Amino acid sequence: MIQQLVMYEEELQKLNAICEVLHRDSNAKAVLVIDKNGQSMVQAGDVDELDVTSLSSLTAGNVAATGGIASLLAEKEFAGQFLEGEKVSYHVSIVGQRVILVVLFDERSSLGLVRLRVRKATNDMVGVLETMVKKSQSGSGQASVFSEITDDDIDNLFND
Amino acid sequence: MSFINYSSREINCKIVYYGPGLCGKTTNLQYIYNKTNPEAKGKMISLATETERTLFFDFLPLSLGEIRGFKTRFHLYTVPGQVFYDASRKLILKGVDGVVYVGDSQMERMEANIESLENLRQNLEEQGYDLDKLPYVVQYNKRDLPNAIPLPELEEALNPTKVPSYEAVAPKGVGVFDTLKAVAKLVLTELRKGG
Repeated sequence: MIQQLVMYEEELQKLNAICEVLHRDSNAKAVLVIDKNGQSMVQAGDVDELDVTSLSSLTAGNVAATGGIASLLAEKEFAGQFLEGEKVSYHVSIVGQRVILVVLFDERSSLGLVRLRVRKATNDMVGVLETMVKKSQSGSGQASVFSEITDDDIDNLFND
Repeated sequence: MSFINYSSREINCKIVYYGPGLCGKTTNLQYIYNKTNPEAKGKMISLATETERTLFFDFLPLSLGEIRGFKTRFHLYTVPGQVFYDASRKLILKGVDGVVYVGDSQMERMEANIESLENLRQNLEEQGYDLDKLPYVVQYNKRDLPNAIPLPELEEALNPTKVPSYEAVAPKGVGVFDTLKAVAKLVLTELRKGG
C-alpha cells in the first residue's frame, strides 16, 4: 500500500509564506522545500534559472547518503549541511524529519544569518507539516478524485 | 511514496530500476531520455564513475500527460548494480512507488540475477515494503545475445510470482517503453486503490 503525501492549498500557502519570509530575512538568493524522496514542494526567491527538479533529486540523494553515514556512526541524523562555493553557498537542514529546507545564498548574506533565520522558519514549518501529514493520512475527502480514475484514463496517457 | 499536490494539480511518483551490474538499467533510462519529447522530460542525471559505472543513481524526470486534470510526473531512478554498493541501493528504494527488475538474459549472469533479486526483496523488506504488494514488473534484457537463456527458464528462476514481464534489447529500445508503461499503469492503478 502506497503512503501518499498530499499537499492542499491551505498548507501550500502557509509554507509559501514561511519561505518568502525566510528568503527576505536571510537575504538569500532562493529557498526550496523538498520532500525527502526528492520531490520539489515549495520555492521562493530567484528560482527561474535553477533546475529545481534536478536540484531536488540530488539534494534528496545527498541527504539520504548523509543519513546513511549518520546511522553507520550511530548518530540519529546530521541535521544540517553547509557547502561553501565561490559565488553561491548552499545550506541544507531537515525539518520535522520529513522535508528538506535548502537556502542558497551569496555574499549579500552570511552563514550565521542564514542559520538564525532557518531556525525560526523551521519552528514555523513543523506545525504546518504535521497538519499536512495528518490530512494526507485521513484523506480529507479530496483523494476521492483518484478513486474515479478509470482504466481508460490510464490507457489514454499512453496513446502516443 | 507518491506525492500529490492539489494546489498545482500534480501527481509525482518514483519508479526504481533494479538489477545486477551491467544488466542495462542505465541503458533503459538513456533510451527513454533519447526518445522522449523535450517538453516531457527534464535533465537526465547520472552519478557515475569515470568508467561509466553507476556510482549512486541515474535520475530522469518524465511527464506523462494529464489524468483527470492532474499532471502525472514520474521520477525514474536506477540503482548501482555492483554488489558492494548495497548501502546506496537501500537509500534509493526509500519512497519507491514502483519497481522494474531488469534481468540479464546471459547464461553466465544467472547467479548475479538471482542474487540481485534476493537483494531487492530483502532491501525492500528493510524499508517496510513487500515486493509482492508493490507495483512490480520484470524485464529480461539482452535478448539478442547468442548466449541468452530461453524465456521459460528465466521466468521460472526470476519471476515465480508471475508479474508482467517483457523481453528487451535496451540499446535498440526493444521492450523499453513496454516495460515503463506497464509499471506506470500499475502505479496509477495502485494510486486509485489508495484514494
